[in-house]
Amino acid sequence: MPTCRRNSSGIAFILTRLSGDLATSIASPNATQADIETIRKAYGLDRPVITQFFDWVGRALTGDLGNSYFFQTRVSTLIAERMPVTLTLGVTGLLIALCVSIPLGILAAVREGTGFDRTVQMVALLGQAMPSFWLGLLLMITFGLQLGWLPISGTGSWENFVMPGVVLAFSAIPALTRLTRAGMIQAMGSDYIRTARAKGLSRASILLKHALRNAAIPVVAIAAVQLGFMLGGSIVIEQVFALHGVGFLAWESIAKNDFPVVQAVVLVLAVIYVALTMVADLMNAVLDPRLRV
Amino acid sequence: MSAAATVNAGPKRGWKSLSTWIGAVIVGAAMICAVFAPLLVPHDPFTQDLSKRLLVPFWMEGTDPAHLFGTDQLGRDYLSRLIWGCRISMLIGVTVTIVSGLIGITIGVLGGFFGGRIDDAVLFAITTRLSIPVVLVALAVVGLLGTSMTLLVLTLGLLLWDRFAVVARSTTMQVRNLDFVAAAWCAGCSRLRVLAREVLPNIASHLVVVATLEIALAILLEATLSFLGLGVPPPLPSWGLMIAEAKDYMFFSPWVIVIPGVALFTLVLGINLLGDGLRDLFGARADT
Repeated sequence: MPTCRRNSSGIAFILTRLSGDLATSIASPNATQADIETIRKAYGLDRPVITQFFDWVGRALTGDLGNSYFFQTRVSTLIAERMPVTLTLGVTGLLIALCVSIPLGILAAVREGTGFDRTVQMVALLGQAMPSFWLGLLLMITFGLQLGWLPISGTGSWENFVMPGVVLAFSAIPALTRLTRAGMIQAMGSDYIRTARAKGLSRASILLKHALRNAAIPVVAIAAVQLGFMLGGSIVIEQVFALHGVGFLAWESIAKNDFPVVQAVVLVLAVIYVALTMVADLMNAVLDPRLRV
Repeated sequence: MSAAATVNAGPKRGWKSLSTWIGAVIVGAAMICAVFAPLLVPHDPFTQDLSKRLLVPFWMEGTDPAHLFGTDQLGRDYLSRLIWGCRISMLIGVTVTIVSGLIGITIGVLGGFFGGRIDDAVLFAITTRLSIPVVLVALAVVGLLGTSMTLLVLTLGLLLWDRFAVVARSTTMQVRNLDFVAAAWCAGCSRLRVLAREVLPNIASHLVVVATLEIALAILLEATLSFLGLGVPPPLPSWGLMIAEAKDYMFFSPWVIVIPGVALFTLVLGINLLGDGLRDLFGARADT
């Protein structure tokens, strides 16, 4: 796991060093050669790239992500300031996705092969093809402008997170619905469900206590991973709805050639993703006693 | 899913299914648009005419019959830009998939075929790739190196090979242990020959299914990057770029973002429908 993280940080680093002379792009266009040299020294850009990289990794391991070229503050402070918005957005998106896809998946599984089931599968297919930024714009026109129900941009209140959350959820709903449906169908065909039926348990108890608990295992794993994807993909939605989260920060920094920030955001998102896959494994162990060794 | 359940579960599969045909028709139409774009466009998609800005499409009042889908904020014919945009989407979707397919299939087949240390390295590469936020890294690369089609294709190609690798690896592992591969070994075939003549043809159908899904993903990602201003360079009419450029006008004339968005949605849906149909047809699995 840690090696995986270091590797992806290496990729981030290499990518951000590919673009010509950094010192020149940081200095103003009419800076003299001497100014550029001063900047190069100040940011340590005169040293070999390999040294710069190991220096950066070494400091990143102790939590020091360096200073932003543009904001003149520590990158870790910048990210910490913007993280709550992104996390709120990601968790809102995941909650909406789970609230929609688990009931849909269960109902589709119970009515397998009926019109309802086919409709659910069709909706999942439509959701997969929907470009998230376009859906965001359409919601803005409909609910923001024409109906006036929700604010179009900003981060002031919970209402600001409704539309972005729905858009973000949309990308996760197809996979989660399919998985719940497949898991429930498999569980409902198994022997212990027949036993539960033979004991005369109620339908709700069989579905929710016996079948769902087994069907939920892969769903939990994928849900955690999906949250990682959502945080990475929120850059688009933060841009559409002008939410000033980490994704927005990264987008601004790319435009300004502010490498330490871009590098750090990629690293932080990769670490969160790795951590989430670990959380998924742990939660699976909690849900499924067979996995406990 | 039990066998009985699949048989009873209504929807027809493969070419008997309506959705596969819908997908095939959409993809076919898109391919015709892509290949014959210069012949099909009613106007030049790059010519600006500021006296004809934001003309409305044919279903609204006061439309100009010469511009079926209206014109954009610079007076360029929207239908022509839409057709040209289809060419760009398809071009990027296919080339990205070729690049990512070459990388992913090579890595996956090597890992699945040789196993052991090589497979560990392959699995490590796949996990590492999965932890990288694709949109962010693609944006960073394009933002720093400048926007160009070649760069965009290479960047996306280098980022999207994971599904190819996963499917190629698992299917190769299955095929490797089958009897006909053992027979080829016994007949004294070289490693290369076993790989190229026995393994690859038998995993090809799975890879075709992955390829269709990857084309759809690449098209969506290209549109997203172009929408964020770091994809296809203007004035090329990418659908994502068309939506980005029209965004300032969407509150007064919503059709400017609806038309390219519907086109994008339809194309991606069509490719996915065709991919699902092919999967059922081949009995392949691409559930990764």
